[in-house]
Amino acid sequence: MLDSKIPEGPLAEKWSKHKDNIRLVNPANKRHIDIIVVGTGLAGASAAASLAEMGYNVKSLCFQDSPRRAHSIAAQGGINASKNYQNDGDSVYRLFYDTVKGGDYRSREANVHRLAEVSGSIIDQCVAQGVPFAREYGGLLDNRSFGGVQVSRTFYAKGQTGQQLLLGAYSALSRQISKGKVEMLNRHEMMDVVKIDGKARGIIARNLITGEIERHSAHAVVLCTGGYGNAFYLSTNAMGSNASAVWRAHKKGSFFANPCFTQIHPTCIPVSGHYQSKLTLMSESLRNDGRIWVPKSKSDVEAIRNGSKKAIDLKEDERDYYLERRYPAFGNLVPRDVASRAAKERCDAGYGVNKTGQAVYLDFASAFERYGKTEVLTQGIENPTHEQIINLGREVVKSKYGNLFDMYKQITDDNPYETPMMIYPAVHYTMGGLWVDYNLMTTVPGLFAAGEANFSDHGANRLGASALMQGLADGYFVLPYTIGDYLADDIRTGKIPTNSPEFDEAEKQVKDEISALINNNGDTPVDDFHRRLGLIMWNKCGMARNEKHLKEAIVEIQELRKEFYAKVRVSGSADDFNPELEKATRLADFLELGEAMCLDALTRSESCGGHFRDESQTEDGEALRDDENFTFVSAWEYTGAPSEAKLHKEPLVYDNIELKQRSYK
Amino acid sequence: MNITLKVWRQKGPNSLGAMETHKMTEVSGDMSFLEMMDVLNDRLVREGKEPFAFDHDCREGICGTCSMFINGEAHGPGRNVTTCQLHMRSFKDGETIHVEPWRSAAFPVIKDLTVDRSSFDRIIQAGGYVSVNTSGDTQDANSIPIPKHDADEAFDSATCIGCGACVATCKNSSAMLFVSAKVSQLSLLPQGKTESSERVLRMVDQMDIEGFGNCTNTGACEVECPKGISLTNIARMNREFLSSTLTSK
Ligand SMILES: Cc1cc2nc3c(=O)[nH]c(=O)nc-3n(C[C@H](O)[C@H](O)[C@H](O)COP(=O)(O)OP(=O)(O)OC[C@H]3O[C@@H](n4cnc5c(N)ncnc54)[C@H](O)[C@@H]3O)c2cc1C
Ligand code: SF4
Ligand code: FES
Repeated sequence: MLDSKIPEGPLAEKWSKHKDNIRLVNPANKRHIDIIVVGTGLAGASAAASLAEMGYNVKSLCFQDSPRRAHSIAAQGGINASKNYQNDGDSVYRLFYDTVKGGDYRSREANVHRLAEVSGSIIDQCVAQGVPFAREYGGLLDNRSFGGVQVSRTFYAKGQTGQQLLLGAYSALSRQISKGKVEMLNRHEMMDVVKIDGKARGIIARNLITGEIERHSAHAVVLCTGGYGNAFYLSTNAMGSNASAVWRAHKKGSFFANPCFTQIHPTCIPVSGHYQSKLTLMSESLRNDGRIWVPKSKSDVEAIRNGSKKAIDLKEDERDYYLERRYPAFGNLVPRDVASRAAKERCDAGYGVNKTGQAVYLDFASAFERYGKTEVLTQGIENPTHEQIINLGREVVKSKYGNLFDMYKQITDDNPYETPMMIYPAVHYTMGGLWVDYNLMTTVPGLFAAGEANFSDHGANRLGASALMQGLADGYFVLPYTIGDYLADDIRTGKIPTNSPEFDEAEKQVKDEISALINNNGDTPVDDFHRRLGLIMWNKCGMARNEKHLKEAIVEIQELRKEFYAKVRVSGSADDFNPELEKATRLADFLELGEAMCLDALTRSESCGGHFRDESQTEDGEALRDDENFTFVSAWEYTGAPSEAKLHKEPLVYDNIELKQRSYK
Repeated sequence: MNITLKVWRQKGPNSLGAMETHKMTEVSGDMSFLEMMDVLNDRLVREGKEPFAFDHDCREGICGTCSMFINGEAHGPGRNVTTCQLHMRSFKDGETIHVEPWRSAAFPVIKDLTVDRSSFDRIIQAGGYVSVNTSGDTQDANSIPIPKHDADEAFDSATCIGCGACVATCKNSSAMLFVSAKVSQLSLLPQGKTESSERVLRMVDQMDIEGFGNCTNTGACEVECPKGISLTNIARMNREFLSSTLTSK
């Protein structure tokens, strides 16, 4: 029943052959076809711009006050592409291989290969748009390395790569808006999908300023609504990032794939208090130059915690650079899931260096020295003092990561140029998402998903700098072609009316739900419930999971959901700008999705990538996959309640890569 | 810390607004300003009152959504920080803090501390892009080397987050810093150079249509800009504008 529509033929030819064979819609007919694109992040903005440019009529929505503020703006470290500009042996195949391996062999070969194939064009496209990537003195593009790979293929713009890429896509979108090809609806939230005769034919949206519930019809709907990491309440995602669009789609028939695949990022600023509203990422690129450690002895840990010693007081041999010790081949650049678990392991063993015991050091002292020595040579400084060397090195580090260091100082009031950063893992990204076929269509015909909202390319763990790549690949180069295959049947359909019973029904449901929340006679603010959901998820469906905890979590979430509907107080009115109401409808969906995540984690009793089951580990504590029983995508069908979802399995077939136990030793 | 807050309350675009006073206790210096506002809102909801509506999203100083005028300064005290990155340790125990929305005719208030900045989007739509199609069939990215210095300078201009603090700060409500940052970024790069004359004319036209005021070089915008966008951008744009009007009219 699940047809992934992967084209026949050799891996490297699948995409080009598919492109040659799919049906096209001719330009004259495109003018009669409407497409709704929900979301203006990298995936949404690039898709909307490209579709409009091809001639379709596009409506684009975002809940922020401007499409430029989509969460992609916050991405820091970089974007991968197999350009091999550094001549270090990179290739399409190597990027493909690294991604499948990094994902712990739980992604589709064909999709990942396509991603690697189009990666080069992304960089060309962005440069043509005026994205100011970092350059070398010779004027050519510079690269850095990210975790889980041994080449330098990451393009970047200081610590603001996402910002620069999104502003590029936003400018392409703005150009189409000015031409009248895209109608942009800022501060609009999609509340539901409307299905007619089994096909997605539009959406119900709420105008967030006036509260008006609106009907929008189209021949196809594309969801580019980002990830659902905020199910954990505390994450590196923006405050507004939410799962409502994908969850509503799921309830309308789109299967949800691998909901439990969550990425916990190793380097984030630790929690500081109960009022904490979000966690801040310190980019993975820092692991190019930073070394992670904790003290070797517990007495030093004690001394650091009570303030009698500082990090810099510890000598080299008193420090445990545990990643370098455990994974000599990759050292500090192991993939994220491995680095996060290693930090947890040390902190659980009592070596955490802050008051809560949940922090490790990220130290740049060696980098200052190393860069400083090079600078001394290139600048021809004779007999430099140690201080001179370190200062020169600090300048180099500043030019690479200046904004991240500033951000760290701003938040913690500590100067990372003087003392090591303190970091701890935090929820960051969701590999799971709507199940899509090779054409990026969900199991509801006419409903597509792109970017972080789909599950397609990263398996059980995403490599750094690959989300930006996937978002732009989907939006610029994949979806604009593949959607034509579906729309070719719609050239004679004509405009979809919005006065049908299906629209009536969907609108009524949304209105009823909103009025129930607004009129609820409770006393507890929305965030209170969200925090509690987050704690359940973090403690029982976080970095390490087991059967007992997951079963408990499912019951706890069901109870919390009941309590939410009984006790929540949503202030203000439905016909007005009302951020409390926005939070409430989003949380209602997280409260269901959270349960789906736990159920999926419970069902997958193997460990793989970011999904670590205590019951399935090697002797030295590494994730142990069970290929015989779990080489499949879990695609869940909604049947009335999260706990009753039905599991469908899409077998994963590896024709080109041999499945191996991942090793970064 | 104990803090007295005076916060702007305004029901809608056409209502009159006023300051409302709230006492805050047990404020920690490690809280961000917005987290302190969260605590206030949480209390208001529990007391059955309406919380304050304010804009925010990333809380990392990059999306440009947050926008509070704090103690008479856009994004509050401190340089190079957005409201969301401002921490309570920047204030003193017992202090009274005034919180207001951005004020400018081109940024009408939606509710409380939230304003409508879609005028900025329309300025970009008027020409803040390179007219290249998204087909990907462009030339190889390394076929046009760009001197590192130019690329870095373009990057510095491109870091504008579109928050509007420059407008809120300016006594004339001028959007020159914002517009010039985009104009500079694109005209510093070979990719954007070709259409730079037309671009600057169109963007400046749109800026006037939206009701932003004229620039009288007070330099206040540069001081309050959280991203350190410098006045050199305005100078560059003025040159660009002058030569464009000379050639086009
Ligand atoms: C701090 C941080 C740093 C990162 N750094 C990197 C990096 O260096 N490299 C990398 O490759 N990846 C990075 N990532 C991951 C990457 O940024 C994201 O995965 C990616 O940007 C997601 O893009 P997107 O287009 O899928 O969604 P988003 O950018 O999240 O956009 C979602 C869009 O959907 C809209 N939306 C959502 N729900 C609705 C609704 N119901 N109605 C209407 N609109 C809606 C929003 O308004 C928004 O426009 C980082 C992530 C974070 C959190
Ligand atoms: S120029 Fe500075 S103050 Fe003005 S919008 Fe840009 S970042 Fe904000
Ligand atoms: S909330 Fe994004 S910049 Fe402040």
